[in-house]
Amino acid sequence: MNTTSQPVIVAEKLDLTFQTNDGPVQALRDVNLTINKGDFVSFIGPSGCGKTTFLRVVAALEHPTGGQISVNGMTPDEARRARAYGYVFQAAGLYPWRTIEKNIMLPLEIMGYSSDEQAEHVDRVLKMVDLEGFGKKYPWQLSGGMQQRASIARALAFDAGILLMDEPFGALDEIVRDHLNEQLLALWDRTGMTVGFVTHSIPEAVYLSTRIVVMSPRPGRITDVIESTLPRERPLDIRDTPEFLEIAHRVREGLRAGHAYDD
Amino acid sequence: MTDATMTAPARSTGFGRAVRGTWNAVFPVVVVVSVIFAIWYAACVPMNIKAALDQAERDGVIVNPAGATARDRRDMSAIGLAFKNPEQAGDTFVQERPRLPAPHQVARELWKTTGDMVLRGKAFSKRSLLYHAWVTLSATVLGFAMGTVGGVALAVGIVHSRVMNMSVMPWAIASQTIPILAIAPMIIVVLNSIGITGLIPKAMISAYLSFFPVTVGMVKGLRSPDGMQLDLLKTYSASQGETFWKLRLPSSMPYFFTSMKIGMAASLVGAIVGEMPTGAVAGLGARLLAGSYYGQTIQIWAALFSAAILAAVLVGVIGALQRMTLKKMGMVR
Repeated sequence: MNTTSQPVIVAEKLDLTFQTNDGPVQALRDVNLTINKGDFVSFIGPSGCGKTTFLRVVAALEHPTGGQISVNGMTPDEARRARAYGYVFQAAGLYPWRTIEKNIMLPLEIMGYSSDEQAEHVDRVLKMVDLEGFGKKYPWQLSGGMQQRASIARALAFDAGILLMDEPFGALDEIVRDHLNEQLLALWDRTGMTVGFVTHSIPEAVYLSTRIVVMSPRPGRITDVIESTLPRERPLDIRDTPEFLEIAHRVREGLRAGHAYDD
Repeated sequence: MTDATMTAPARSTGFGRAVRGTWNAVFPVVVVVSVIFAIWYAACVPMNIKAALDQAERDGVIVNPAGATARDRRDMSAIGLAFKNPEQAGDTFVQERPRLPAPHQVARELWKTTGDMVLRGKAFSKRSLLYHAWVTLSATVLGFAMGTVGGVALAVGIVHSRVMNMSVMPWAIASQTIPILAIAPMIIVVLNSIGITGLIPKAMISAYLSFFPVTVGMVKGLRSPDGMQLDLLKTYSASQGETFWKLRLPSSMPYFFTSMKIGMAASLVGAIVGEMPTGAVAGLGARLLAGSYYGQTIQIWAALFSAAILAAVLVGVIGALQRMTLKKMGMVR
């Protein structure tokens, strides 16, 4: 699979400096990274390491102050207009005044899908995230985990090839999180999507990813890129295998090497 | 047999719970209202005692302190006089022009000028409070509609335009610092001179008072979506219009209704104030003014109460609309 890989996201010498009241803050410095089609890439690192910022640059929500980035061979702005990616935020952010299916229709309405197409897409993605039969419910009638699944369905609704996820399960408890990780992996396997996934959790990153990008703060930069040797098929108990623990160990080492906790 | 005895107490406790529930809801209201009435009646005695004593003296009754004339009593403490003449306390509740009318006097006046007139088929005669309330209500509602539309329009401009954000808000705030009593006669005179009379000038004053809470509430409401929700729409390349209709406007609904309640109350005050300086012949404001010209305190209080009842009804209507709308939107559980 990796032999025929084609690059989807390519960043070269990417720099981003925010001007704040306390002076300039370098959120990203000299970031070079290529993400291939079908990759599941996790970004891990302490707060302020620029992992979320990188994802936002890919989504054209921030604009780099130096270097190059292309998404599907286009600039991030063009890629956004071409509906190249779906974005999942930390909170589900469902509209309380819309039912689950109406929430999933939101991007489709804006992108001008016909109502038949909308209904068809909603049915399909609800099935993908295991929420069949919940389309007519309001968000408050669903648990936190189900809400986040609905928000993933919303990001999948318009057939983007890239899924960008910014700590999507950060607010959920461990058991729900395990369940959602398993489901996400199955979804990724079925669809062949490219996923960019920001997380704080080492086990989550190792369990999900084909590649793990370790980042460190001040300035935000990549300190290590780890290729996972785990098979594509991953049951939850793979987390107890020596192979898994070895990768987790390497991630931890990478985080420690680039640490900025000077205490 | 056993079944019947099993179900009977269960049903009675259900009924008992319903009664208790209603009682728990009504009890605090009853307590507060009783306290207010008690204070009110108590206040009537010292407020009206001097007139009661003067009348009693004219009727040949000896009042305390003996030998003091009506003139002497004018400088004495009303509370002291009330304690020295408990026999005259009853007379303080039945005067024709009391300083402070008793609750039952106000209630009787209210009935006489509303329900009683309806029964006699003269609901809209000039002496009917219903007629005056209707005059005030029409100005209030028209002004409120103008103020709400204007307030929402201003808020939309402020949220979408940096220039309006910087320039309009200070003026809106400044406009509310001018006492309405000072500006109301001028609005009426200016509009009169260009040939606009009747309902419109009063409605303008109402609009002037009611647009501000709507603007402030709607600016807050339209800005209530957080950065994440705005970013989400950005990832769909949504236009400013789509962001407004699909996110900002629905998010602002709870703020909208709350600010409309404040706007409605302000609007009623505006209409009443607008009826005062012009020597208007109709409306609750005119009724208040006429009452104070002729020392008809009971009439003043009845007009005040009908204004309060009107405000409560109008705010209640908006509250009902709010519940219905939010329920329909799925925002109420």
